[in-house]
Amino acid sequence: MAQIPIITEAAATTPSPKAITLRIARYNPQHDSAKKFMEFIIPYEKWTTVLEAILEVKKYFDHSVAVRYSCRQATCGSCGMIINGKPRLACFTKISELNSNVVTVEPMNNFPVIRDLAVKFERLFDTHHKVKPYLIRDDTEITTDSKEFLQSPEELEKYIQFSNCIKCGLCNSACPTMATDSSFVGPQALAQAYRYVADSRDKGKDTRLKIIDESHGIWRCHFAGSCSQVCPKGVDPAMGIQLLRGYMLGFRS
Amino acid sequence: MTNQDEHKEGIGGMINPRRYGIERVAYLLMRLSGLGLLAYFIGHIYETSTILKGQIGWNEFLELTQTTEGHIILAIVIAMCVFHTVNGIRVMLGHGGVGVGKPTRPDYPYIPASQNVRHKIGIYSAIILAAIAMMYGLAVMFGE
Repeated sequence: MAQIPIITEAAATTPSPKAITLRIARYNPQHDSAKKFMEFIIPYEKWTTVLEAILEVKKYFDHSVAVRYSCRQATCGSCGMIINGKPRLACFTKISELNSNVVTVEPMNNFPVIRDLAVKFERLFDTHHKVKPYLIRDDTEITTDSKEFLQSPEELEKYIQFSNCIKCGLCNSACPTMATDSSFVGPQALAQAYRYVADSRDKGKDTRLKIIDESHGIWRCHFAGSCSQVCPKGVDPAMGIQLLRGYMLGFRS
Repeated sequence: MTNQDEHKEGIGGMINPRRYGIERVAYLLMRLSGLGLLAYFIGHIYETSTILKGQIGWNEFLELTQTTEGHIILAIVIAMCVFHTVNGIRVMLGHGGVGVGKPTRPDYPYIPASQNVRHKIGIYSAIILAAIAMMYGLAVMFGE
């Protein structure tokens, strides 16, 4: 899409000693043919996050900027966006650590744009749901004598890392396969498939492996590892996917 | 839905090696060397099929590989072959879950265990070995 820079009145204000130029992508698919950028001069402190800078714009310059956010502490996974070319959480990225006088924010790649920085998450949730992200077994904790499914700390360690996923979509945005393949399951869902396959309480391994063993499933991952590099919670989807593939190739049981 | 509707990065985003470190460079080189070797394989089948035209036809085609351009192409093929083999072994082991680390409770700043030093050594080794093999090939072909 063409990138037409627009300098607003806000950009003409005198910058403070510590200020950055915040470039925000503006695009409404209902009536815009191309993405445009608006620029704002925003003062910042060492602790100011990109999300706070965007909210500053909404508060004082242009309230129509569309951005999704909620918790402001990297827990809800709402504010994923492309910040200076890489997918990051806006609430988890401090301006001072970007080492740039210009901060450019764009909507996440590989997600349909609703407006400006807000993207649709339907496909992410669909693929997440597709791998059955819950324990599969015939009995329940209510009917068994023990009342709960016991698990040792060692068994917990096998999957606890992958249960940190907040479904922010940054991994899907960074994935080179997702860049071209609309049907690919994606690193988020594959990592979650591993999370439940590796859970000692789960009995649905064969079901899940069958779901991801398709032409647009796990075999489309080429271990580029970009998903793991952008994950804000240390989930390391690339590791989960390779370990999951180890089950399918017979390296693990 | 078109690519624009889906906001896909497309092939330009897929082949951009600048944002995600050496692993993404290796991903790109693996794709390019794979396509290059496929092209060479098709060309090689055509080349060897010229023997059906008899000795004269065979020799005429073989002379093409004895030119400067032919030598350079063969040197690039050597580099692609070595890189694709060495990096392919690394990727195949990784695909089996070998050398990608063990799941653990992550601590900030969350350095991914799957992008560990063993894989980086594997990638740099593939690049260096490919460069050495290409230089050796050039020395042999142009040193005649």
